Amino acid sequence: MKKITVYFALLFLLLSSLRLPVAAQSKNSVLIKNATVMTAVKGTLESTDILVENGKITKIGKGLAAPAGANVIDATGKYVTPGIIDCHSHSMLDAINEGAFSVTSMTRTRDMLNPTDITIYRALAGGVTSANLLHGSANSIGGQNTTVKFKWGHPVEDYPIADAPPGIKFAMGENVRQTTQAPQPGRPLRYPRTRQGTIQTMRDAFVRARDYKQSWDDFKAGKTKVQPRTDLELQPLVEVLEGKRLVHCHGYRSDEHLNLMLLADEFGFKIATLQHGLEAYKIAPEIAKRGTGVSIFTDSWGYKLEAYDAIPYNAYILWKNGVNVSINSDSDERMRRLNLDAAKVEKYGGVPEQDALQMITLNPAKQLGIDKRTGSIEIGKDGDLVVWSDHPFSVFSRVETTLIEGEVYFDRKKDGQLRLDMAKERETLEKLDVNKAPATGGGPPRIPATTRQAERDDAEYGDGGHR
Amino acid sequence: MKAKVKSQRAKLKMQNAKCFLYLCLSVLICGSISVHAQNDGAEQNKTGRAGTFAIVGARIVTVSGATIENGTVVIKDGKIAAVGAGVAVPAGAEKIDGKGLSVFPGMIDASTNMGLAEITLGLAASVDLTEVGDMNADARAIKGIHPHSAHVNVTRVNGITTVLSAPTGGTISGQAAIINLNGSTPDEMAVIKDFGLVINFPSVAGGGGRGGGGGGRFGGPAIDFNQAVQRRDQAVEDLKKIFRNAEAYLRAKAAYARDKALPYPATDQKLEAMAPYIHGEKPIIFSAERERDIRAVAKFVGEMKVKGIIDGGQEAWKAADDLKKNNIPVVYTHIYSLPVREDDAYDYLFEAPSKMQAAGVKFCISTGNTGSEVRDLPYHAGIAGAFGLSKDDALKSVTLYAAEILGLGDKMGSIDVGKIANIVVADGNILESRTKIKYLFINGRLLPLTSRHTELFDSFKDRK
Repeated sequence: MKKITVYFALLFLLLSSLRLPVAAQSKNSVLIKNATVMTAVKGTLESTDILVENGKITKIGKGLAAPAGANVIDATGKYVTPGIIDCHSHSMLDAINEGAFSVTSMTRTRDMLNPTDITIYRALAGGVTSANLLHGSANSIGGQNTTVKFKWGHPVEDYPIADAPPGIKFAMGENVRQTTQAPQPGRPLRYPRTRQGTIQTMRDAFVRARDYKQSWDDFKAGKTKVQPRTDLELQPLVEVLEGKRLVHCHGYRSDEHLNLMLLADEFGFKIATLQHGLEAYKIAPEIAKRGTGVSIFTDSWGYKLEAYDAIPYNAYILWKNGVNVSINSDSDERMRRLNLDAAKVEKYGGVPEQDALQMITLNPAKQLGIDKRTGSIEIGKDGDLVVWSDHPFSVFSRVETTLIEGEVYFDRKKDGQLRLDMAKERETLEKLDVNKAPATGGGPPRIPATTRQAERDDAEYGDGGHR
Repeated sequence: MKAKVKSQRAKLKMQNAKCFLYLCLSVLICGSISVHAQNDGAEQNKTGRAGTFAIVGARIVTVSGATIENGTVVIKDGKIAAVGAGVAVPAGAEKIDGKGLSVFPGMIDASTNMGLAEITLGLAASVDLTEVGDMNADARAIKGIHPHSAHVNVTRVNGITTVLSAPTGGTISGQAAIINLNGSTPDEMAVIKDFGLVINFPSVAGGGGRGGGGGGRFGGPAIDFNQAVQRRDQAVEDLKKIFRNAEAYLRAKAAYARDKALPYPATDQKLEAMAPYIHGEKPIIFSAERERDIRAVAKFVGEMKVKGIIDGGQEAWKAADDLKKNNIPVVYTHIYSLPVREDDAYDYLFEAPSKMQAAGVKFCISTGNTGSEVRDLPYHAGIAGAFGLSKDDALKSVTLYAAEILGLGDKMGSIDVGKIANIVVADGNILESRTKIKYLFINGRLLPLTSRHTELFDSFKDRK
């Protein structure tokens, strides 16, 4: 028993060493010097400095003076972009799907955040600073999302962006129908099982939400005397009806997404984003007309039937129609290379460089309602910045430093030191009696499981593209 | 009417099982029709045209030698007929202006399941990856590859011209084929019909073949490490037994051939299929990831005197000594994978190719993808290039190195006279994701740059 305690204490030490932030300077100023700055709004500026003070970008120009005590980063020969924003992620989530009901709008990803998830650090090493942490796609109306900044090493309360508008996940298609999963013996099939049933489930929820809202409106107007019961399922949907909550709807087939937009028309609200929307190019004019955004994979396709009509020209066609397009990962793996996914948009159709860059920075910021504070390099915005060794659209490029609000959360040089320290620590731990192999004393060591992974959105397992 | 229904019902009851089977079959068939219907017409005139071609005034990245800044490549009879700065254009050759363009050898992905699965999730009718049973040496990928899969064109228009396509599952999965991504029949595509035997080598930590059993996951009881090693060793013994059985079987056959008085040994197709593999005539592709598992493969290869290739190879660099001693190259498939352990460095798997290079392990880089994402092969190599591998070696890792590991070093993988004319002409470095492919040749045939994707694009791009 004592040995086990020691073992766990050591394990905890090892894990907590992982959690240490790379640099813990708080609100000090940072001066990035002599970079090629890709602003994402005002073109690319050569040999330019960026000053961040108290977390905000205060100056952009040439030959800026470093305030006393400023952290100066020499970016000569390097590129700087805004921090990447992933508009569809399940990182940090210890549970993703509450799929027992068709409508689970009462659930919140906010309650499931795990700030020690190593995928956060790996995402930072790929230049990602913000993400939309969504409920899974197991049901037509899923849970409430959380828009976070990846403040690795900070307590969990620091992650959610306080002034980000609330949102909710909807889903349509194969995952909701559960037809890609083998039916479990003894378990009844869950409604809906078809696309007709899916849209009807959504309609039913909004009819109930409308009635619920009416009951409260009547009560508030003094028409009724008895206060209606609070309904945590319908309350978020009332917020949708009132335009106070963003709808992010997972779906593939264009006809299905169009049905959703028609339903929203009928109930008088707007869909914020069509998530995945791999066939959105087929209904680009309809999407553009409604000002709905689309958050896609650049070129993932064919992993299921409803992804068989996906084309890498999707972003281009939507962009040409004036639709706000973002490129997301929906994968802890893919998240690390969203810069290359944006680059592909130049290849397929020829979206200009800055517009392609916006698809992983400013556009997702707009879709999530956080564009006032992040998504581009402009004075007054948060100092969410990435320093790249080369042009960020080059496969040979590497992230050197990632900053959020002027604080360094990833630095390749410091990472090198960290891994040396960890190797040393591992060596020390392995020498301890308690960790010796059974034949030479000590208890049998547990066989390491793969990694303690956040739960996956099972139905989305193939989306990362690797087997 | 009622009677008819009744009689049908009676019939149904009688043949309940049979009808259920038909029902299953019809569901399967309908599923596959819906996919193939979408493919219809897509294959017309897609195999390109042969001829004599001269790419003139281009930058020629030969891969095997120095890059020629302004040269000509002549393609004739399916082969590269001439390469160089001062090469004359043969009479009657079709001239292609290469100004501002670069010529590369077609890329080669040495670990895919191309053509064996169209849609893996939720459409079992389109999946031919895994046979029933643990030992299927006689299962041949070339007999399952669908030449009209939409993945073929999607992959080749990104500059990948040749792939190895392997069956999966069990311990001995079957035999992998090497195909060019052009042709109306599997035989037209084939470069080597039966290239290698695929074995999921028993591992200690579970996953991949039999006998693993790490335990502790999925609610199973955690087991002692030594016990896990024992289980693996037992599984390896079982595997060796299959090899010995094959050997005994072949000896019996040979003995009978010499002396007809001996009892005739009944034919065993599965053991028969092992023949080229048990003495190292053809390679065996072993999937293995962790250092201890890779060392176990090396030991097996040494003891059994077979020819081995590692597929996967996350920690192959750690076992460099064993791999070199036993002449085992690595087909590395983990650029697009997350590091397994929480405390692995973030770039643990990005750096592996450069570590293999430094340790002198022969390797190539592969997507390890089923089919739809094989076209990302150049970016896998590119990312390795960002993490320690030189740009030249990054390019070689998806061209010449892959060709050499597949025993095709004298036939493809570089721009050299006499090699198969699998050639890509692009407006930049083919490893870069912004680069556009301008011309594509496979077996010297000039191919249209069309795919399921360009066809859908054309259908919808102007919709108002």
